[in-house]
Amino acid sequence: MLAIETEGLSKDYQVGFWRPRPYRALHDLTLAVEQGDVYGFLGPNGAGKSTAIKLLMQLIYPTSGHARILGRPAGDVEVRRRIGFLPENPSFYDYLTAEELLTYFASLFDIPAAERAARVARVLDDVGLGAERRMRLRGYSKGMVQRVGLAQAILNDPDVVFFDEPMSGLDPLGRRDVRQLLLTLRDRGCTVFFSSHILSDAETLCNRVAIIAQGRLAAGGRLTDIVGVDVLGWELVVDASPEAIARVRTRARRVTVLHEQRHALDLPPESPEAVLQILTDAGARVVSLNPVRKTLEDFFVQHVTGAAPRGESR
Amino acid sequence: MSLAAIRKVAGAVFKESVRDRVPYSLVIFAVILMAASFLMSRLTAGQDLKVIKDLGLATMNAMGLLIAIFIGTGLVAKEVERRSIYAVLAKPVSRASFLVGKYAGLVLTLAVNLGLMTAAFYLMLQYLNWTTDDWIKQGWRAPSHDPRLLVAIALIGVQLMLTTAVALFFSTFSTSPMLSMLFTLAVWVAGHFSGDLRNIQTAIDSPAAAVLAQGLYYLLPNLDALDVKNEVVHGLPIAWNAVGLGVAATMAYIGVLIGSAVLVFNRRDFK
Ligand SMILES: Nc1ncnc2c1ncn2[C@@H]1O[C@H](COP(=O)(O)OP(=O)(O)O)[C@@H](O)[C@H]1O
Ligand SMILES: [Mg+2]
Repeated sequence: MLAIETEGLSKDYQVGFWRPRPYRALHDLTLAVEQGDVYGFLGPNGAGKSTAIKLLMQLIYPTSGHARILGRPAGDVEVRRRIGFLPENPSFYDYLTAEELLTYFASLFDIPAAERAARVARVLDDVGLGAERRMRLRGYSKGMVQRVGLAQAILNDPDVVFFDEPMSGLDPLGRRDVRQLLLTLRDRGCTVFFSSHILSDAETLCNRVAIIAQGRLAAGGRLTDIVGVDVLGWELVVDASPEAIARVRTRARRVTVLHEQRHALDLPPESPEAVLQILTDAGARVVSLNPVRKTLEDFFVQHVTGAAPRGESR
Repeated sequence: MSLAAIRKVAGAVFKESVRDRVPYSLVIFAVILMAASFLMSRLTAGQDLKVIKDLGLATMNAMGLLIAIFIGTGLVAKEVERRSIYAVLAKPVSRASFLVGKYAGLVLTLAVNLGLMTAAFYLMLQYLNWTTDDWIKQGWRAPSHDPRLLVAIALIGVQLMLTTAVALFFSTFSTSPMLSMLFTLAVWVAGHFSGDLRNIQTAIDSPAAAVLAQGLYYLLPNLDALDVKNEVVHGLPIAWNAVGLGVAATMAYIGVLIGSAVLVFNRRDFK
């Protein structure tokens, strides 16, 4: 059984006040997410990620197509016992404290009253909310609300979680915590489906990704297939005299002087050993040698042609 | 729909009303109003029991109406506007349970409010009873703490249940809280005049207007049938049959409103 599957899922929004006309935000999305996957749903802003996730949560209804979660139709009340959902930029009742909010949600999940307090305390620990859990949400920062959102999404020990932009609003520490949380969920056997426009996050977390642009699935697959193992080149940093560098200049694609003797060389994929040999013979000292591989970003740029608004996709 | 889920959502609404404090400040305000009317009547013509009862019931009605309209129209609309509805609707709670729970929670809030106001009202009437000379009491048409007052209050409660259902109904699809409030108030006002609508052809000489008025008469709730303040205050007999029929019709009306609200809400996109 698949954790998540969609078939020909499409959604039109009505836009325009006087003469409403349909605007296709999601076009014929067909996805299959296996149980245990950490699935990155990637795309620039406005690509249709949130639309797809809302369709999966049945907060909106599809214009055509259908979606299933754990083999049951999206929106099924029973399946909701087994899933968690973090909305994009979540917002909750600001007159409640984090503890009260989660206790209420725990009751909606039918967690027995005797277990609620312990469960709520555990998930608040998991997302790193400290003493402020007894404070009303009104006084929370964006990052704290985001953590509450994550806590309420894992309250029921879900089998599948849907996180819409889980890293948004978080500082670098917060993002590290979220990465850690996603990995913990994965280790527990939970399927993680998350949307993001931040590729570096996806690259370190996912085993599968789908890239969506302008409402259409642009590409997808195993991350190892996409970023590949092929080495595209090498980045060599050495401390060497200008004479030593001159001997290998023709073999390098580019040479950059970093400062004084330190040089960075962009080498082709074939045998960097020869270059190293020449340089060390000339008395150079190797600082570092790193392979250059295709990144998710290259893949992304290749499939999302000019759709990403500059300055927002990072 | 699940009774357990309805109860939990209703509990949350009730808790919010306590946190919010607005409904309970209104209770205090109502008590102050009643006390003021009480003191006024003592200063002037002397122990006018009818005035005190009349003002007391009217105050309860008005406060209940404020709560029903202001909170009722915001029950769903506020959750949509603040987007807190996303997380809740992804929980194992059907949209129908959510909506009915919201309704039940506000009805519970109103019941507690009416209860508190009633208690304060009876304390005042009891005090009046103690401090009034017997010869004055002999002129009273009805006893000071007449149990029939409870009937009048209960019927105010039924009217408020209807008003809350109207507010909820509008707020499930209207995007403007202001409009929902106005419409709800309009239905409440029209509901009190719906009896006049039926007899309008005797007043206006236009068959078209008469047909329209007849149509509205059947469409609008008949809240007048639930208003026995006058009878209770003046010690007149209550037309129990009409009241019973009015309550039954109102309950059916509430059922239709909530049912339609659920139908609308079930199909709605939360974009
Ligand atoms: N309620 C709405 N009405 C009209 N258009 C919308 C609405 N919500 C989203 N859209 C449009 O649909 C497209 C996809 O939006 P969304 O799913 O939010 O993208 P993402 O989450 O990938 O940033 C965008 O072009 C957006 O402008
Ligand atoms: Mg989005």
